[in-house]
Amino acid sequence: MCQAEEEYSDELGSAHVPSVSKKCVKCKEATAAVVIRAGDVYCRACFKEYYIHKFRATLGKNRVIFPGEKVLLAVSGGPSSCSMLHQVQEGLSQSVHKKLRFLPGIVYIDEGGAVGRSVEERLRTMAELQAVFKATGFQFYIVPLEEVLDLPGSVVVSALAPPERANSTYKAEVDHFMHSNCSTRSAPQDQDHEALPEVQESATQMLQQLMLSAKTLTARQNLLNTLRQHLLVHMARTRGYSKLMLGDSRTRLAVKLLTSLSLGRGAQLAQDTGFSDSRYGDIISVRPMRDHSAKEVFYYNHLFHVTFLFIPSLDTKQMTDKASVQRLTESFVTKLQEEFPSTVSTIYRTSEKLQTAGRCSSTGDQCERCLLCLCTLDTAVDDASAFQATLISEQLSQTAWPRVDRSKVAKHQGKPESTSFTAQYCSAKAGAQDCGGCCSFAKEPEPMDLRSLLCYSCQLTIRDMSSIEHLPPYILSEAQRRHRRCEMREEISEFLLDSGKDD
Amino acid sequence: MPVLCNSCAEKRAVLKRPKTGHSLCKECFFWAFEEEVHQTIVAAKLFKPGESVGIAASGGKDSTVLAHVMKLLNERYKYGLELTLLSVDEGITGYRDDSLETVKRNQQQYELPLKIVSYEELYGWTMDAIVKQVGLKNNCTFCGVFRRQALDRGAIMLKVDKICTGHNADDVAETVLMNVLRGDIARLRRCTAISTASEGDGVVPRCKPLKYAYEKEIVLYAYFKKLDYFSTECIYSPNAYRGYARTFLKDLESVRPSSIMDIIHSGENLSVKEGVRMPVQGTCSRCGYISSQPLCKSCVLLEGLNRGLPKLGIGKHHRFHEKILSQQPFTEKEEKKLKSVEF
Repeated sequence: MCQAEEEYSDELGSAHVPSVSKKCVKCKEATAAVVIRAGDVYCRACFKEYYIHKFRATLGKNRVIFPGEKVLLAVSGGPSSCSMLHQVQEGLSQSVHKKLRFLPGIVYIDEGGAVGRSVEERLRTMAELQAVFKATGFQFYIVPLEEVLDLPGSVVVSALAPPERANSTYKAEVDHFMHSNCSTRSAPQDQDHEALPEVQESATQMLQQLMLSAKTLTARQNLLNTLRQHLLVHMARTRGYSKLMLGDSRTRLAVKLLTSLSLGRGAQLAQDTGFSDSRYGDIISVRPMRDHSAKEVFYYNHLFHVTFLFIPSLDTKQMTDKASVQRLTESFVTKLQEEFPSTVSTIYRTSEKLQTAGRCSSTGDQCERCLLCLCTLDTAVDDASAFQATLISEQLSQTAWPRVDRSKVAKHQGKPESTSFTAQYCSAKAGAQDCGGCCSFAKEPEPMDLRSLLCYSCQLTIRDMSSIEHLPPYILSEAQRRHRRCEMREEISEFLLDSGKDD
Repeated sequence: MPVLCNSCAEKRAVLKRPKTGHSLCKECFFWAFEEEVHQTIVAAKLFKPGESVGIAASGGKDSTVLAHVMKLLNERYKYGLELTLLSVDEGITGYRDDSLETVKRNQQQYELPLKIVSYEELYGWTMDAIVKQVGLKNNCTFCGVFRRQALDRGAIMLKVDKICTGHNADDVAETVLMNVLRGDIARLRRCTAISTASEGDGVVPRCKPLKYAYEKEIVLYAYFKKLDYFSTECIYSPNAYRGYARTFLKDLESVRPSSIMDIIHSGENLSVKEGVRMPVQGTCSRCGYISSQPLCKSCVLLEGLNRGLPKLGIGKHHRFHEKILSQQPFTEKEEKKLKSVEF
């Protein structure tokens, strides 16, 4: 296992240090201001053009955002999303034919409650960002993460996608838009968000309890990402936005790809790291900063005075790289990038070649989607798979082999009872129902088993939680609803002609 | 207070399973480990009754455990397989000659026939001679490419239907990571497959019965079974870049022990976009072995060695293939580039 087919050091290129008075490689006139890659130096003006072009090209190439569409920018206050906000502002101030044609809004989710920041710190951050947002003139929303506790169950249900607008109609719509009205900036709004949102202490406590019920930082970070994502989608839905714009930079996405891969999210990689993500059906997330490296973002922000904040996150105070899978991956990629400058772009290019596994078409079938990440379940796999192998290992480590009749095992050919977890759960439940009144313990509220409703990776997250009782009510009630549907289907299964999958 | 075995709840547990975290006694661990390999073999339908199977044996822990478990399961579950040990002698003094002694002992302990094929007889070059010409930098490329073909050639000499290799879960997960880091989408897609389909003449189907076995558990199994294996790293330094992936994987495992299986699960569920260009499998116009290029990698490497231009097969030099085939001479400039760097 030590063969290497290629030589890697070749890709390093010769990293010669440019002299101070070097000219820009683009215009060959102005003095260079930034070194993007070894040897590639740009002057200020050319760098700005290059940076803006990449942003617009990413949007233009993908043709996902239609003219006049309402787009919600998710701004975390960090360098990349603030740079994205700046790009949108820039794009709207352009002359008519170059102008971006969508209606932007901004949402900031204050995660201070989950991270353990004080009320004062949180208010200070919110006030700073409020000033930035006000200056844009866009509609903006500042929302504390605590609001996730009151979301409706519909958040974790993938809505039916609106009739797909064909790529071919894109051009016609643009033309139409250009002729009818070219004003994208909505009428001056009366922002009723002058006052910063107040958070009840009890809500913060509940949120903290939830975070603490995750025993590992890996699970806690996953949980936080999930909750944030749910709240973002909810905000977009209730405020009439159809697109969500996320500020993930290329570096961020490379880390995310490797993290997702390490967390068992292979089937979901395309959605986790691709340009657009349609797992929620009606709300499409897009990542227009995916061509910008973290380094470029920092240069741009520095040269063009883009305000951004340093906001502590869950792993900020962790001293060790081994605090979580996410943290470990980030430091791995960062260190490798220093030695092999093509690391990030190579990983990132992989994400462009992947697609969402097409096991079940997106028919809006709820039972087949993960309760937490809303991706298609990847747990109904062959017997010969890592997932089944893990189940077998767990089973074998807990059952005494002398008691197992060896010949029976042999005859059984080692297959677990059922290949699908969902089916396992349902039959177990149905078994309990069968004995009806005779066994009363079956009616006692047993701790809910979420596993059958989750994808492989989200099962790992839940496994790392001491209890699920602190999960927000919308998740638990949706879980109950799905379990009930599952039981019902089990009961009527013999009368269903098809596989009976329409929900 | 001694911890009781999670499985039988009678005996004292002697180990904590790296894979699941359960505490087990020796017997229950053996049973679980063997049973898991058996279930992998059955679920993936790796063998058919009556087949002859070559076990790629290096004398290291993985292949020693593989040979032991294959023999044991073949008897316990009556697979009806005819097993043979197949070893490759790369010609590395102080490493392979010693490990081959282990294989020879294994042969007697397990009463299995053994076939050894050597680089010297197949290619006319030992690794020692190659390293003398190439240096320590890219020698792993030669060794890896030659071994792949050597195993096939050995298997054909033995007339076996299949080869099984000792690749474990850590190896597979590491390869997934490597292929992501190198952006090799074609390999990424196929590297988690448990067996290769029969790809044509000269290629014997391969499988990895230990695909879901953790490296740490293989060591535990060998340790408690007191298996005789050889545990020295190759004297020609291991590939540095793969070392990064390996360290990362070990770190991941320490953060979350299921990471190894999680990465394999990821690899098994990846879906590559249609329209992404993949290399097309063809055959080498010189030796007839499978190749995506006019010449297979080992022919190019061999050509480089024989011409004294060792860098010919390192990196992508597809444009040279035509020249080699039509026996045109290289220009002076090209020759200079392909010579090994003098230190």
